[in-house]
Amino acid sequence: MKKCFRVVGLGAFLWAFNGEAETVFVSLEKDNAIAVVDPVAGKLLKTVAVGRRPRGIALSTDAKFLYVAVSDDNIIKKFNADTLTELADLPSGNDPETFALSPVDKRMYVSNEDDSQISVIDVDKKTVLTRIPVGVEPEGIAVSPDNQWVVSASETTNMVHWIETKNYTRVANTLVDPRPRALTFTADSKQVWVTSEMAGKLMVLDAKTKQIIKELVFEVEGVTAEKIQPVGLLVDKHMQRAYVALGPANRIAVINVANLTVEKMLLVGARVWNIAFSADQKYLYSANGLSNDMSIIDLEQLKVIRSIGVGTNPWGLAVKP
Amino acid sequence: MSLTHYMRAMLGIIGRELWRFITQRERFISALVRPLVWLFVFAAGFRAALGLAIAPPYDTYILYEVYITPGLCGMIQLFNGMQSSLSMVYDREMGSMRLLMVAPLPRWFLLLSKLLAGTGVSILQVYVFLLIAYMYEIEAPWQGYFLLLPALMLTGLMLGALGLLLSSFIKQLENFAGVMNFVIFPMFFMSTALYPLWKLKESSKILYALASYNPFSQAVELIRFALYGQLNHYALAYTLVTFILFSSIAIVGYSPSKGMMARKGIG
Repeated sequence: MKKCFRVVGLGAFLWAFNGEAETVFVSLEKDNAIAVVDPVAGKLLKTVAVGRRPRGIALSTDAKFLYVAVSDDNIIKKFNADTLTELADLPSGNDPETFALSPVDKRMYVSNEDDSQISVIDVDKKTVLTRIPVGVEPEGIAVSPDNQWVVSASETTNMVHWIETKNYTRVANTLVDPRPRALTFTADSKQVWVTSEMAGKLMVLDAKTKQIIKELVFEVEGVTAEKIQPVGLLVDKHMQRAYVALGPANRIAVINVANLTVEKMLLVGARVWNIAFSADQKYLYSANGLSNDMSIIDLEQLKVIRSIGVGTNPWGLAVKP
Repeated sequence: MSLTHYMRAMLGIIGRELWRFITQRERFISALVRPLVWLFVFAAGFRAALGLAIAPPYDTYILYEVYITPGLCGMIQLFNGMQSSLSMVYDREMGSMRLLMVAPLPRWFLLLSKLLAGTGVSILQVYVFLLIAYMYEIEAPWQGYFLLLPALMLTGLMLGALGLLLSSFIKQLENFAGVMNFVIFPMFFMSTALYPLWKLKESSKILYALASYNPFSQAVELIRFALYGQLNHYALAYTLVTFILFSSIAIVGYSPSKGMMARKGIG
């Protein structure tokens, strides 16, 4: 009876999204699938079954292949990014949760949460080159843009492990605040940004000294401290702003990189988990784990412009230009 | 009687009302303070209590302040409508209403002019309120601020007509407290101004039904959708029908031969 007709609304939204056409893939932990989303139209295109409990998701540097860590099947699957046909299984080791791809050679570094180790995989040969022991429950993992370092965060040992890529050796550990779950390098490879879920904190590590050089404790007006659990984070390519997903606080913090202050808190869906940039970095996409949707954020206006239902328990995102 | 006479009379009534509003600085400030207190105090306290759900016209999650802003626009118009009715009772007591009513123009036209005058004042108040809200980062798409104008015209007329209708029943100024208790508060609280319908449905089906059929709810929804560049056809039709109904009864109520005024010996 009460049909609401959107006359100008859709037009207003299309006007609001000025980005390039691209596709966003979202891993759905409970649906055993990935969602394929058109962010320009602001809609879910389809859902493709991939295996049990998909979490980590990333595209190859040429965006031709999509890799999905299918945790409960203990493999990483390789798909054609255009057709989403399955091409190969990569031997990832036990319970692969997240992984990182090298920007230059075809190496993949996988966090094996149950085995407390990092598996190094030759993507073309589909073989495990080596396994590197790290702390308990490794989760967040990143490769430096200059391909010199791999960093891994152990969420129970509360450490960031520094691994040299030339010989796959762990050379240093940095003690950080409790439950570090995600980390990322800055574009110049000089800093590693790490989030501590339990301390509600962001830490900036110097890649040279391997020490914490700056910290930021998050506060959200009207939200209790225990709900502020920072997880996924990104620093933009110009190193002007960083974005941190604050989990059950349902916010993304926008951070000024120069002085490490929060510029704005953006309200998104429930338990925002991971985030991804659009190819041109004009937009940010967030996977909202408990409200089963993803939000689209206009980074020029710093506004959440739309949230789209994608499926049960969205976890990670990958953006194909 | 020429069209010029009609226009002159209408502009005279609107001008008088606007002049009264502008010169009465306390009235202007108090009209703004009420919704601002709700926005900055009440909404801030309830920020986390609303829960999450995306419902039209919103495309994403919103803070509670954002949700109640259209409701507070409606509140401004509701209070203004009642204020107009208060001024009608006052005018009647003071005798200036008699002067107006004996003007050589149809009574329905004079009452409609009075309604338009009140609506104009309420629209001014709403835009000033939205400007303050904008500075508090409660922003709507820019098109919404233009599309809001016709919506506010209709909702202002409907709520003004309701006030007019009530004023035809009230004999003395003192009875206005009853209007506050029995009309304004129930209308405001049993509406979608403070909580969405789905939230009311969770707590009480009766409340949900009352809120659904409350004309104030539909006025608020019309404002809400317009502010976000959308048209809610149901709310538009509902508000239009209730406006016609209320204004017709009010015109009959003010008719010296048939209405309540005849029974009260006024007119």
